[in-house]
Amino acid sequence: MSQIATASTANYYASNRLPSYAVGLLLVIAFVLSWGGFSFLRPEGAEDGVNLPLVGVVTALVFGVLQYVTSLIVEGSRRAIDRTVTLLVTLAFVLAMIPLLSLLYTVVSLGAERFDYDFFNYSMRNVVGEGGGAAHAMAGTFIMTALATLISVPVGLLTSIYLVEYSAGNRLARSITFFVDVMTGIPSIVAGLFAYSLFSLILGPGTRVGIAGAAALSVLMIPIVVRSSEEMLRLVPNELREASYALGVPKWLTIVKVVLPTALAGITTGVMLAIARVMGETAPLLIAAGFSNNFNFNPFSDRMQSLPNFVYYSYVAQGSVPEAYLDRAWAGALTLILIVMALNLGARLVTNIFAPKYGR
Amino acid sequence: MAKPASSPSSTPKVTQRAADRIFAGSARGAGITILVTLAAVTIFLLAEGAPALTADPEDIAILDGQPFLAYVTPLVFGTLWAAALALLMAFPVAVGIALFISHYAPRKIAVPLGYVLDLLAAVPSVVYGLWGGTILAPGMRPLYGWLEENLGFIPLFAGPASGTGRTIFTAALVLAVMVLPIITAVSREVFLQTPKLYEEAALALGATRFEMIRMVVLPGGRAGVISASMLGLGRALGETLAVAMVLSATGVITVNLISSVNPSTIAANVALSFPEASGLNVNALIASGLILFAITLIVNSIARWIINRRKDFSGAN
Repeated sequence: MSQIATASTANYYASNRLPSYAVGLLLVIAFVLSWGGFSFLRPEGAEDGVNLPLVGVVTALVFGVLQYVTSLIVEGSRRAIDRTVTLLVTLAFVLAMIPLLSLLYTVVSLGAERFDYDFFNYSMRNVVGEGGGAAHAMAGTFIMTALATLISVPVGLLTSIYLVEYSAGNRLARSITFFVDVMTGIPSIVAGLFAYSLFSLILGPGTRVGIAGAAALSVLMIPIVVRSSEEMLRLVPNELREASYALGVPKWLTIVKVVLPTALAGITTGVMLAIARVMGETAPLLIAAGFSNNFNFNPFSDRMQSLPNFVYYSYVAQGSVPEAYLDRAWAGALTLILIVMALNLGARLVTNIFAPKYGR
Repeated sequence: MAKPASSPSSTPKVTQRAADRIFAGSARGAGITILVTLAAVTIFLLAEGAPALTADPEDIAILDGQPFLAYVTPLVFGTLWAAALALLMAFPVAVGIALFISHYAPRKIAVPLGYVLDLLAAVPSVVYGLWGGTILAPGMRPLYGWLEENLGFIPLFAGPASGTGRTIFTAALVLAVMVLPIITAVSREVFLQTPKLYEEAALALGATRFEMIRMVVLPGGRAGVISASMLGLGRALGETLAVAMVLSATGVITVNLISSVNPSTIAANVALSFPEASGLNVNALIASGLILFAITLIVNSIARWIINRRKDFSGAN
């Protein structure tokens, strides 16, 4: 006790710790060192300026070493390691943000070029160079996604009702759960190959129609709907069901009038996320629905263009004026991202506004 | 209402309404539909893929006279190679970000960051492909030149460096960026489920933040992180367009990361060849799709097995 009393000149608990400004100071030193190093060591007559990304990398390295050594001397090895790991974790985050921000920036800046009236109102019929639009692709995407939703939501929702309300964990339920997991892992292109084979056998080889695309998308969508709805139905408190049975309500009415409305917000969110997921699928539609420059509102005959495929073909088959095709591809990518993000944000809003609040 | 219950001694008879039976039946029917669909996927792919295996290789143009196995081996190699590279790059970064969001960043930043990552997981693959092909590939050229010059003695960087930057390394980088949000999202959830009391106990015993994470958070989250990366691997294996739009493929087996001669992947090969294919070529491509299906099935089963084995110890399910 007396030892402590005499030793504590300033703040005992803050001794052997780096002051809070030390990290900032070290960072500045590291930056100055690396920037200076690159400026002075540049070969004579080098035209290009200092390579900024390289300076960033070297700064991070120098800072890491400086911080480790300083911390080792002042605070000991345990804190030195702790600080280094903090730096690594933060760097991992910064590193990952670079491509993601670059992606968003390029899509927005390059996509804005052709994000105009024509793009939303014209098809690519008889367009070889500039002009034209993706209205036919958007129509196709909406038709096929709507059909896929029409197939997937009833099947997926009923399956999840069976799993939660009726099965009581029997053999059939366990195998359904297992195979839904298997289905979640089907690569999208395999789903496309399946839909193509199916409709080739029915309608003759080489058939590529909108409904085949919708079937491929359903194969991808059903497992997502089942998983999310199942989770939501399981969250409905059993007391609600029991209260309903106690009032003499039959089971099916209990499900329709009590269980489903309680879980509705969650189910809607799941369905919207599933729609967002399949709307961006390219590969299955490339295989099953093909590619077209024209409007086609009939999913049962002829090929049908979709927005992701429009982007793909504009990029792969750049025609006589590559610039115009690339601009259209970027505008298509921007549209896709906006739709997907709107669906995602909408799904979140539904959860936040309509989800039943328990307690708290 | 006026009548008393008929016989209290026997179990009361549940009245089966027609509506009840119809509803239960349709729910069960929907479940069976899923099983039938999956069986149909397998059967149709087998039926359409089988002719490629039995037919004379000379009759199938894309096989170029070689047996089917010789055609598909480089593709299988490319698929596994690109996915493994992607996972190798994405895994440490994803775990880092997950830790950053769950334990390092202040709450105010962490929640919006979680939203942003969820949004990025939803960006369509064709957009990643477009970005990879037009922005990333040209941007990687200086790095490839430097690698060839300075590290050329390692077979991975033997070169000659690709002039377009459309190499398997660029493709793997795009795949890594794509699976990053998926692995991060799951890992973050798992890390957040560490019991608060354990964390506080470790800190109270004097552990630094890293020691607390190493001793409390990581052991509890291990199974979840592994299954998350398996999910990411499954996504990378089946990814089609991002690879097809970025890679310039030649169908060889090589570990050279930076040259213009690269192995293709099954999915990308199908996407590139299918629109022009006809006759037996279609069957050959479908057979290769079946192989991809089998590979992803194995990877996903392993992930599921790991999750189930550790179910009781973690919140990874």
